[in-house]
Amino acid sequence: MRIKRNTILTLAVAVVLVGLLYWLSFNQAKNGMLVSILQKSAIFALVAVSMNLLNGFTGLFSLGQAGFMSIGAYTTAILLIPVKNLDGVYYMNGVSPFIRAVKVYLATLPDWFQAIYPFIALLLGALLAAIVAALVGIAVLRLKSDYLAIATLGMSEIIRAICSSPQMDKITNGSYGLNKIPNFPPLLGGLIPAMLTPFIVVAICITFIMLLIRSSYGRAFKAIREDEIAAEAMGISLVKHKAMSFVISSFFAALAGGLLAMYMRSIEAKTFSISLTYDILLIVVIGGIGSVSGSVLSAFLVTASKEWWLRFFDQPLNILGWQVPLFRTGFRMIIFSVLLMVVVLVYRRGLMGSNEFSWDRLLGRFKRKKLSEGGVK
Amino acid sequence: MSDILLKTEHLTMQFGGVVAVDDLNIEIPKGKIIALIGPNGAGKTTAFNVITGGYQATNGAVHFDGQIIGENTPNKKMRKIYGGTDQTVFHRRVVNTPDKITRLGMARTFQNIRLFKDLTVFENVLIAKHCHIKAGMLRSTFRLNHLEEHTMRQDSDALLDTVGLGAYRDAKASSLPYGKQRRLEIARALATHPKLLLLDEPAAGMNPKETDELALFIQSIKDSFELTIFLIEHHMNLVMDISDKIYVLDYGKTIAVGTPKEVQNNPAVIRAYLGVDEE
Repeated sequence: MRIKRNTILTLAVAVVLVGLLYWLSFNQAKNGMLVSILQKSAIFALVAVSMNLLNGFTGLFSLGQAGFMSIGAYTTAILLIPVKNLDGVYYMNGVSPFIRAVKVYLATLPDWFQAIYPFIALLLGALLAAIVAALVGIAVLRLKSDYLAIATLGMSEIIRAICSSPQMDKITNGSYGLNKIPNFPPLLGGLIPAMLTPFIVVAICITFIMLLIRSSYGRAFKAIREDEIAAEAMGISLVKHKAMSFVISSFFAALAGGLLAMYMRSIEAKTFSISLTYDILLIVVIGGIGSVSGSVLSAFLVTASKEWWLRFFDQPLNILGWQVPLFRTGFRMIIFSVLLMVVVLVYRRGLMGSNEFSWDRLLGRFKRKKLSEGGVK
Repeated sequence: MSDILLKTEHLTMQFGGVVAVDDLNIEIPKGKIIALIGPNGAGKTTAFNVITGGYQATNGAVHFDGQIIGENTPNKKMRKIYGGTDQTVFHRRVVNTPDKITRLGMARTFQNIRLFKDLTVFENVLIAKHCHIKAGMLRSTFRLNHLEEHTMRQDSDALLDTVGLGAYRDAKASSLPYGKQRRLEIARALATHPKLLLLDEPAAGMNPKETDELALFIQSIKDSFELTIFLIEHHMNLVMDISDKIYVLDYGKTIAVGTPKEVQNNPAVIRAYLGVDEE
């Protein structure tokens, strides 16, 4: 009975959300800001969930997310920049002849290939990041807590430095960055508008991660988080499972990086500095370490308040001819920081703690508990 | 020979200059309960850790179920400072991680309980079932192994009922009373389908009544799961009641071996436990 009610509620909300997104896709021009923020939030939600898989579910405190995002973003961008724009993008040092040859060849392939090509590019970026993660993982995953964090942070900086180094000029365009990256492609031959693509890709990826977490392997990750020694004594190979979690997390971070490249249309190495990792860590902590739905919720809230709701504080405000002090560019970040502190103080373990969203919990909030169940008058 | 499940040969564990376990030779026949006793700091837990792969032995070999699961001999710096009494030379170096050894059929519990505290009782047992999973990560994620998953869940429930924790199935592991936590730890070890169960002070912190219950419990799981049990214990009553053979350690050395009665009357054992009577 209750399960049935929950299914209906979930379906109803899903239908409303999909309808809203569809409506937005037809009225994109009027709601540019909203669309853009929702897309960015969705991309950040995926990175946050991938980071949560590692930090919240496997207990590996890693700060390498931005590095893997840059691998995904650069790979996707290089593969997707149209041949006709190559000279414009690599105007300083020219492009490597190999990349040009490959792209010229790919451009001759039939239409059906061009339709799926952006997704192949995303996957290739993610796979490359997964391979890098596997190699790096062998070296750093034997480290514990803080040391792992420092090692992965260093790795992320190395990747960024490589991307912007002059030796990579002909591939990553060094410190000039890449631009003219095509926007999101439409899905299913145009049946689904391009605007909705990031949401669908993110939804598929997050569903995969949730299924993984609920599988036997996800339970093994949790066991490692709870107690490494006990997990090992229960026959769970630490090396194998930590590497698995690290590689999967990097795969999805890179995929989100590729989406971010499509979203921003231009990237440079600076985009993927440490502060990006901190932004994501913030989303994870606010949402609740060990809660997928918390990360998603918090990605939307944090991004929206940072980029949109608090914009109000950046504009000068006049009340009856009196200009309110402090209201100027940059003030919103102060308000944002204060809000963060309040949230962390009120919700010690993040908005969701380590719980997942459930209708029973949500509805339970509105209903007063029965006295017989330990409720208060 | 074939009915010896676990055997250690000249097992020595040295940390820096301290020889924590010195020339330990244990034979554990199938289907028996063997105890390892000794005063605090005698090296009992270290011996357990070496056998289960937590530490790599300095010298000696461990045989389990017909194969060598650990073997080492002092090398490099250790050769110079080696302080064990035994000088038998081993040539090979065999290292296995604890998880591998568990999958071979040796499960253990810990002196200070190490449950997955934030997870439920059921999940604790279910996680232990993961070590024998056949499906890979992708198959498991997409639930293509739902039969296997179903069996794992069913077995876990059955196991919880067998050990009398069925009523606590969905409680958080850390919310259980102390005695039940001990029992859950044993159940979790049983979930890995061990042939040999190593219990590190299972009665620590228990009152006499709980200890008696534990003795019955150990006997019953030994019979119903066809186990061999190797335990470290301080409670003499428990050890004397249930063990078939006792090894006594003191300062890493084996000072006595025998049936409970023999050990009880052994002067060396009495001296180790009560101190030397200075005249």
